[in-house]
Amino acid sequence: MTHFEDRSLATYLTGFALAIVLTAIPFALVWGGLLTGPAVYAVIAVAAVVQVLVHLVFFLHIDLRSTPVENLFFLAFAAVLLFIMVGGSLWIMFDLHHRMM
Amino acid sequence: MLGRLTLDALPFYSWVAMGGAGVTVGGGLLVFCLITYLRAWKVLWTDWLTSVDHKKIGIMYVVLALVMLVRGFVDALMMRAQQAFALNSEGYLPPEHFEQIFSSHGTIMIFFVAMPFLTGLINIIVPQQIGARDVAFPFLNSASLWMTAAGAGLVLISLVIGKFSQAGWTGYPPYSGIEYSPGVGVDYWIWALAVSGVGSTLSGINFIVTIVKNRCPGMTLMRMPMFTWTTLCISILMTFAFPALTVVAAQLALDRILGFHFFTNGDGGNMMMYANLLWIWGHPEVYILILPAFGIFSEVVATFSHKRLFGYQSLVYATACIAILSFTVWLHHFFTMGASSNVNAVFGIATMIIAVPTGVKIFDWLFTMYRGRIEFHPSMVFTIGFMVTFVIGGVTGVLLALPPADYLMHNSTFLVAHFHNMLIPGALFGYFAGMNYWFPKAFGFKLDEKWGIRSFWFWIIGFYLAFMPLYVLGFMGMSRRMEHYADPNWQPYLIVAALGAVCVLIGIVCIAVQLYVSVKTWGSARDVTGDPWNGRTLEWATSSPPAPYNFAVLPEVRDIDAFHDQKILGLAYLPAERYEDIVMPKNTMLGPVLGALAFALGFAMVWQIWWLAALCLILSLVGVGIRACNDDTEFVLPAAEVERIETERLAQITPADLHDMREYAPRGAASGAVLTGRA
Repeated sequence: MTHFEDRSLATYLTGFALAIVLTAIPFALVWGGLLTGPAVYAVIAVAAVVQVLVHLVFFLHIDLRSTPVENLFFLAFAAVLLFIMVGGSLWIMFDLHHRMM
Repeated sequence: MLGRLTLDALPFYSWVAMGGAGVTVGGGLLVFCLITYLRAWKVLWTDWLTSVDHKKIGIMYVVLALVMLVRGFVDALMMRAQQAFALNSEGYLPPEHFEQIFSSHGTIMIFFVAMPFLTGLINIIVPQQIGARDVAFPFLNSASLWMTAAGAGLVLISLVIGKFSQAGWTGYPPYSGIEYSPGVGVDYWIWALAVSGVGSTLSGINFIVTIVKNRCPGMTLMRMPMFTWTTLCISILMTFAFPALTVVAAQLALDRILGFHFFTNGDGGNMMMYANLLWIWGHPEVYILILPAFGIFSEVVATFSHKRLFGYQSLVYATACIAILSFTVWLHHFFTMGASSNVNAVFGIATMIIAVPTGVKIFDWLFTMYRGRIEFHPSMVFTIGFMVTFVIGGVTGVLLALPPADYLMHNSTFLVAHFHNMLIPGALFGYFAGMNYWFPKAFGFKLDEKWGIRSFWFWIIGFYLAFMPLYVLGFMGMSRRMEHYADPNWQPYLIVAALGAVCVLIGIVCIAVQLYVSVKTWGSARDVTGDPWNGRTLEWATSSPPAPYNFAVLPEVRDIDAFHDQKILGLAYLPAERYEDIVMPKNTMLGPVLGALAFALGFAMVWQIWWLAALCLILSLVGVGIRACNDDTEFVLPAAEVERIETERLAQITPADLHDMREYAPRGAASGAVLTGRA
């Protein structure tokens, strides 16, 4: 096994472990009833976003130095679109909620 | 064993349903017998169905689109006939049947006519326009085609076994939920969308990578032809927007099958989230349909005005602007569903802003035509018809973008007239223009122009007759999707609209005659040079139909109008000094097999035949696994064979066939210099 493959395997395993932990936290919170109210949603959302980053860094090997600029550009574009879609949805749904109460 | 599927699913309950099933089964049998009679099964399988050649895949996409166009149009004709008669009477269609027809009409026209038509044209042309030998992932391309075909198959089979959705093409819950639509109709709709949606997402990814990675030397982004630019933009839209549709369809399926409560009335469900997610996909989708047509119009207008495209850069930026803005307007589809005035105002203003880059494009095309030598080829005639008609639709769109006005117009026939006004001239005329323009490239002979012009006139007159009355009816208060009505003032307008539909029918017949006449007289309309219209972009540099590898030697690009530039400099039609071996992808049967499995999977999910669904899923994964482990997927076309094909092609071209380029050459001191675009 070359040095490169060795390092690569280690990255995958680290990523895998982190992903499992980040999945276990929300499950534990909800199952065990450790938190209630808006705090649960906040923790789940944060765990989900961090997990996305874990996948990008450890599985897709994206970093700011060695990844080609076009790929980073597409990722940034995806982030903008996600912001529009998720942010817009939250805005619309909470606005509706407000008016439907 | 067979889930919900029993003999009751067969359409023996009404004459209309039996008629529809009979036509579907009869049509299928007719095609089967015809292929058997021509002994064409083997050729069809080895040369076409299993092909991974982007040109053949593109042709199959377009054939699928044309077949589904006929099916979707029959639905339209039936609706127009029903509404023309249904004053204070039931007409000839019972309500549940009428509902299925308007649902399937919308679903078919968007997903199985417009999507395959544009994907087909993109497949045939874009790799050639960027000087590439193939798409980035040829097998994925074949898989996408067969996923789309599987979805179309699900819609077609719903006519024979069971019923189709009655919830409209948007399938809003709670009506589309299990409580109010317990039958299989909505399930057919969900799985047809889900399966073909996978195909569209994969196509999008494929073309992003193809355009970003496979361009020939010298083809910088700002030298790409407009059709390639629009393709790049819509590929990005497809990749980002279609997941929203997949998710929302999956959620609705979970609600229906497993009793979840995403969109139900009670238990914490919120059906507004469905409208929100559907239109996050749905509005970019509108631009996915229309931007490639804008690309086609740009190519056609430059070629048939015999001028360089006016304002190339502004067209590129306008396209990119439209693509991004298309993600910011989705709420305008549900202004009336309870958002506050601030939210409505923001999305209304964003919607109006989209009209600006679209207006820029219209002016660019007009200035391209200004002082050009316009040739009234059918594709140019479709383009001019588009510009005149589309502007009307754009103006009514800006009107609908005003939330207060939308409160009056929402769900009226005014809306129906508006979006048909955008999609028929905007998208469909573009595809027809593209078909007339690129047909010689795909098949090696030209389409008959006389019948092309006739089809145009029937289409455009039919369009105005069918939809202008609907604008008026909207103002008179008629809501969309009415099976019958009581206001006698509406009927004259609806009769005119029905006559318009008949006119469009003649237009479709003209296209069929055009294809028939052209095939019959193909020898007299052959395209020897591969450049019948004195074209400007690289796809005209290949032979017609192109060799499997498109370009024996990859071209070098120095100009936006790359091929036009080559012709002026005398660099076109030159034999290469040396030919090289070319690596080509092998045909594979896995594409059609995956399509068949996807079809069976969808069918099993509709009828809840769980063992079959699991089996199909496992087999698909096994198939993909086998493909992934197979390293023997390419073959080498030897240089000698390439040389033989190229020499044979060049030997056929006589100087008399070539276009006279002298009048295009730049004059004066700058003679020989070309406009190089931005590097």
